[in-house]
Amino acid sequence: MRLKYVLSEVMVGLWRNVTMTIAMIITMAVSLTMLGASGLIYVKVAEMKELYFENIEVSIFLETEVTEEQKTAVQAKLDADPLIESVTYVNKEEAHEIFEELFRDSPDLLSAIGPEALPESYRLTLVNPQEYEAIGEQYAEIEGVDQVVDKSAVLDKIFNLFSAGQKIALVAAVAMAAAALLLVANTIQVAAYSKRREVAVMKLVGASNWFIQAPFVLEAVVAGLIGSLLGLGALAGLKVFLFDGALSALQGLFAPVTWGEVLLAFPLMAAVGGLISAITAWVTLHFYLRV
Amino acid sequence: MIQLEQVTKTYPKASRPSLDNVSVAIEKGEFVFFIGPSGSGKSTIIKMLLHEVAPSKGRIVVNGKDVTSMRSWKRPAFRRSIGCVFQDFRLLPNRTAYENVAFALEVIGKTKAVARRVVPEVLELVGLGGKEHRYPQELSGGEQQRVAVARAFVNRPLILLADEPTGNLDPDTSIEIMRLLDRINRTGTTVVMVTHDSNIVNQMRRRVIEIESGRIVRDQARGVYG
Repeated sequence: MRLKYVLSEVMVGLWRNVTMTIAMIITMAVSLTMLGASGLIYVKVAEMKELYFENIEVSIFLETEVTEEQKTAVQAKLDADPLIESVTYVNKEEAHEIFEELFRDSPDLLSAIGPEALPESYRLTLVNPQEYEAIGEQYAEIEGVDQVVDKSAVLDKIFNLFSAGQKIALVAAVAMAAAALLLVANTIQVAAYSKRREVAVMKLVGASNWFIQAPFVLEAVVAGLIGSLLGLGALAGLKVFLFDGALSALQGLFAPVTWGEVLLAFPLMAAVGGLISAITAWVTLHFYLRV
Repeated sequence: MIQLEQVTKTYPKASRPSLDNVSVAIEKGEFVFFIGPSGSGKSTIIKMLLHEVAPSKGRIVVNGKDVTSMRSWKRPAFRRSIGCVFQDFRLLPNRTAYENVAFALEVIGKTKAVARRVVPEVLELVGLGGKEHRYPQELSGGEQQRVAVARAFVNRPLILLADEPTGNLDPDTSIEIMRLLDRINRTGTTVVMVTHDSNIVNQMRRRVIEIESGRIVRDQARGVYG
């Protein structure tokens, strides 16, 4: 009976102030969508970083006037280096083949640059790709080495872009959450005001505090949960229309977003939505009803 | 049953205390009037007995429980042993007489089955048999106060507090309500009533405690309004 009473009070409460309820749910949904998106981007960036940095290759380019002694010294050091898994030597002719392959659409450039103009290099795969920076520091200063090149700079730029997007989504989530919080507080106050007589009687006859508060708190929690369900829908929409739709050309570059990951964002959204609502409602009641 | 020991209450920003060193002992089963002009501090006593207002100094014991040191989370359980009636009835306008009384039971966890058994009984007791399904606005002032008394009494409290229960009623209706409170008192319930209705006090001839400017100026066993 008590459960039935509480649940019917919740439904009546949500319906009594339906425009406010809708505003509350929409704000909550947008906030939670942003939160979910931010979480997804965060996971994806971490995943992609691993993927890209796992396969990172370091190239050591030699100076064009490098001497045989210098080359031998570099080669010896590379062979002895425990950080390095394998070394491939690329001589001027091979470099030129790669160059021809890369610039086959620019015959002028190809004819202007012969094999002599290109540097010899070593292509390294590392035991632990994360340590590319250490390689750079070790070899850049050696006699005969022109420069040590890895793709980390470019990758870092891309990932910084993603991280910035993730942070923006997070900031938007927090801002919307603040708005949602105020709406919840307001809705609960209105609800408490419209039930002030009942609450006064309940306090008078000794109804327990949880019994007085439960309908209000649950009202907010239900709104929060509906908001998180809508947020889940919005995330699914983003996946289908944005990621699988408009951005599908970039699919090869990104780690794909799976349905499992979208669904995994839901518990986070539901927990945050429900918890924020419950706490806000409870705190509001504490001040407003003094129970 | 009720003990006030050197109770003083000073509200913030008030120049003088609402209650000044008041000591009263009320035995089980007594019927006590607190009388005195408006602002004399009578209602403060009711609020203190309900653990709504804490005294600035002194000690209050109700039903053997020290109210002064009671934590607020114990208040709900404490209130279940006290019935309360007010000048403005405090009924829920969108509920019938039956539902108003049943509400008080259900919110403290009693089942609907208990309510179905107990509520008609208590409504009969207060003389509202046959009017269970009327809404407050369909009842006269006296009848509304009867519903309020039924609600206060349905839990069989040890103490019934009445804060000017006849303040909104005409003299004849007031007498009827007093008969009802008297009947409840005869079941062993301690009744504490705050009033400035001299007629009623004079007719009832019960213990009268007069308060003026926060001090007890008279405590008489079978008193009149004075």
